[in-house]
Amino acid sequence: MFANLADRLAATIKGLRGKGRLSEADVEATVREIRTALLEADVALPVVREFTAVVKERALAAAASGALNPAQQIIKIVHEELIAILGGETRNLVFAKNPPTVILLAGLQGAGKTTLAGKLALQLKGEGHTPLLVAADLQRPNAVDQLRIISEQAGVAIFAPEPGNGVGDPIRVTREARVYAEQKLHDVVIVDTAGRLAIDAELMEQLRAVRDAARPDETLLVVDAMIGQDAVRTAEEFAEGVGFDAVVLTKLDGDARGGAALSIVSVTKRPIMFASVGEKLTDFEVFHPDRMASRILDMGDMLTLIEQAERVFDAEQTERMARKVSAGEDFTLDDFLEQMQSLKKMGSIGKIMGMLPGMGEMKAQLDQVDDREMDRVAAIIQSMTPAERQEPKILNGSRRSRIARGSGSSVSEVNGLIERFGQAQKMMKQMGKGGMPGMPGMPGMPGLPGLGGGKKSKGKMAKAIKPAKGKSRSGNPAKRADQEAGIFAPTAVPADLDISALPPELKKLLG
Amino acid sequence: MDSGLIYAGIAVLILIFAIVAVVAAVLLRRRGAPVIEQRPVAAPGVAPTSTQAPDAGLPGILEVEIPDPAAGRLHRLRSRLARSNNAIGKGLLALLSAGELTDSTWDEIEETLLTADLGVGPTQELIARLRTRVKVEGGTTPEHIKKMLREELLYLVDPTMDRNIAMNAERRPAVILVVGVNGTGKTTTTGKLARLLIADGQTVVLGAADTFRAAAADQLQTWGDRVGAAVVRGLEGGDPAAVAFDAVRTGADAQADTVVIDTAGRLHTKTGLMDELGKVKRVVEKQSPVDEVLLVLDATTGQNGLAQARVFREVVAITGIALTKLDGTARGGIVVAVQRELGVPVKLVGLGEGPDDLALFDPLEFVEALVGDL
Repeated sequence: MFANLADRLAATIKGLRGKGRLSEADVEATVREIRTALLEADVALPVVREFTAVVKERALAAAASGALNPAQQIIKIVHEELIAILGGETRNLVFAKNPPTVILLAGLQGAGKTTLAGKLALQLKGEGHTPLLVAADLQRPNAVDQLRIISEQAGVAIFAPEPGNGVGDPIRVTREARVYAEQKLHDVVIVDTAGRLAIDAELMEQLRAVRDAARPDETLLVVDAMIGQDAVRTAEEFAEGVGFDAVVLTKLDGDARGGAALSIVSVTKRPIMFASVGEKLTDFEVFHPDRMASRILDMGDMLTLIEQAERVFDAEQTERMARKVSAGEDFTLDDFLEQMQSLKKMGSIGKIMGMLPGMGEMKAQLDQVDDREMDRVAAIIQSMTPAERQEPKILNGSRRSRIARGSGSSVSEVNGLIERFGQAQKMMKQMGKGGMPGMPGMPGMPGLPGLGGGKKSKGKMAKAIKPAKGKSRSGNPAKRADQEAGIFAPTAVPADLDISALPPELKKLLG
Repeated sequence: MDSGLIYAGIAVLILIFAIVAVVAAVLLRRRGAPVIEQRPVAAPGVAPTSTQAPDAGLPGILEVEIPDPAAGRLHRLRSRLARSNNAIGKGLLALLSAGELTDSTWDEIEETLLTADLGVGPTQELIARLRTRVKVEGGTTPEHIKKMLREELLYLVDPTMDRNIAMNAERRPAVILVVGVNGTGKTTTTGKLARLLIADGQTVVLGAADTFRAAAADQLQTWGDRVGAAVVRGLEGGDPAAVAFDAVRTGADAQADTVVIDTAGRLHTKTGLMDELGKVKRVVEKQSPVDEVLLVLDATTGQNGLAQARVFREVVAITGIALTKLDGTARGGIVVAVQRELGVPVKLVGLGEGPDDLALFDPLEFVEALVGDL
């Protein structure tokens, strides 16, 4: 995999560490790295050029001021600039004074318009509106059926007078939909149009006619987060052809870096309004510019990680664990097994660890992590009796050799597991006492900008996390004890992006 | 070291989990329960229903259309390819034949290639090779440069790869599995591929193993009806592996030449869904080997295409790529990177919305269209 920007910059600037400040040539080299990183994130070339020019200017100014730790400085500048562009103009849907409010969805084929129509309708329904879905995609085979099924799933009304599959006139459907909505008192109308290429003059003409018939209050351009350099051209042509008010980014649950977001916003000056993050109709959220910025730069993104974890671990399990931790109960091998199996659903360990900030230099090693190792550990635990899982202390030599035989491993592997598990147990206990060994640095991380800026729940999350910061800064004894004992050092998530600080420590402890 | 890393990883993750647990305990009272990422699977053992006997003709349904033959399709569609791709060739040639080749010219050439989603690696490789050749051969006439450019592009596209779609083996139908992320055009490609095969005189059975997306099976049915291919489908939300298995069996019973199985779109990052895809392939293999696994890639896809291809190769061992939506402004340069890194050749290109706008990929034609009409 490509190294992330932080690593690149670290490599470029490594030689400069001793100097402590940047010369113009150094800035030049750094900016080149930023350019490559942005290109690999699919940011469009003209945007990259413009962007790097700004960064260069600011970096030179920073260099002139003799700032310390240039790598961090530059990353900070890049990050700030990204947020400035991405979050410049966030806004919400504007509803018409006289209902119905008409929302027109446009985009390339396969961007996710039909699915998004359903998600948007469900969201609006939840807010107390009575949305009407309009099937104006009469091109793609069975798009109308798809929208009908989605409308049933979302429990909203649909207006689909034409069968589709090339039959029917989308302009007429749209015009009638407006009338229908007025009659049936739907206050929001969502028009799903057929996907089209921006260079297809005929279809763009048709879309203009649909637009004129719909008289939309909001035209949303639906864009796939995986789109590459073509994003700018598409966005420009759609802006010219029909015009749009805001952008919706779909398929953000993949691992595309989504540089297109930056391209479109900076070229068309339209904000990104929503992000679509999954296949279920509820996987829909307001766009977070700060997290997108981290994502484009491929910096570790703790919030995304935590969110993924939330999705994978079910509520009951989470609650049980939370109770256990706060009650100071013992963390058993059963819990360990259960968590490990949940973790597997999140993807490979290497990938997940890669999401942690500061793991950059470990990437080569992370890529080699063999996930089957986890299966072996699981096999060992599964070869234990329930009593042994509850109380590993009873494991004597004979039990251990039985487990080793049962799981096809060796006694030393079983020993290793039990030993490490003991350490984990200790750590969990300490956390229960209130010290969160891993938390200290979090708030300072650039990967986590604007914790409070997200949706409401995130705000709460930030609040929940913040107290830990205070403690750690004042030197939490529990944490210090942990670190001195060398237990699970990687849990001490690096406080900042001072990348070189972590790995030696990690390596030592892993060695 | 390796296992140490594993444990360290688990430790980190448990910690994250613990954080989540603590935070979630606070939040749970106010928020709905988080859900597990898994598609709901309807009752096990749903019996997929074959809607038509393959060779029973098409009673009472639309007239069966006769698709265009496969041969020469790309040539016929070249004007569309050119529309999307000409910019590379033209821009490059203008730059290369400007006379003096300065560093900034090279930078511009590099940028032109990058704009085609070629990716940083292949771009730098092409630039390096061109630079060396210009230095060694010293040619600066437009003809010469055009020739070099064509050769180098051709080298990148690699014409030596085997790009044939698997044909039926002895006494059993060839099995083609169509996979990809959401919205790249899998169902459409499956339908068009059926037409392409039928045009070559084959009999085709389609398997609608996309049981997840609303109306996906209907969409495939519509394609099937148009060309007279039988479609085997299951219940919505049913087990895709069962549908795929039944499709292959139906194909074998009817002695069809090819069975094409359409699968649900899935993001390569969803482990659960990728496992499901692995299962589809394993289950089919209980009956017949899978001869071809086609990854459908959208030409607008950027560098993420490589990540997609890598994961899909790991899970189902893709044997070829169908590059769709190449009739737009996107150039699909990502396939060059995919071919180079993973050695999986592009076999098909989709060039428009028409039912016969799917062609066999031909590197020569492709490159000709890139630099041809200058």
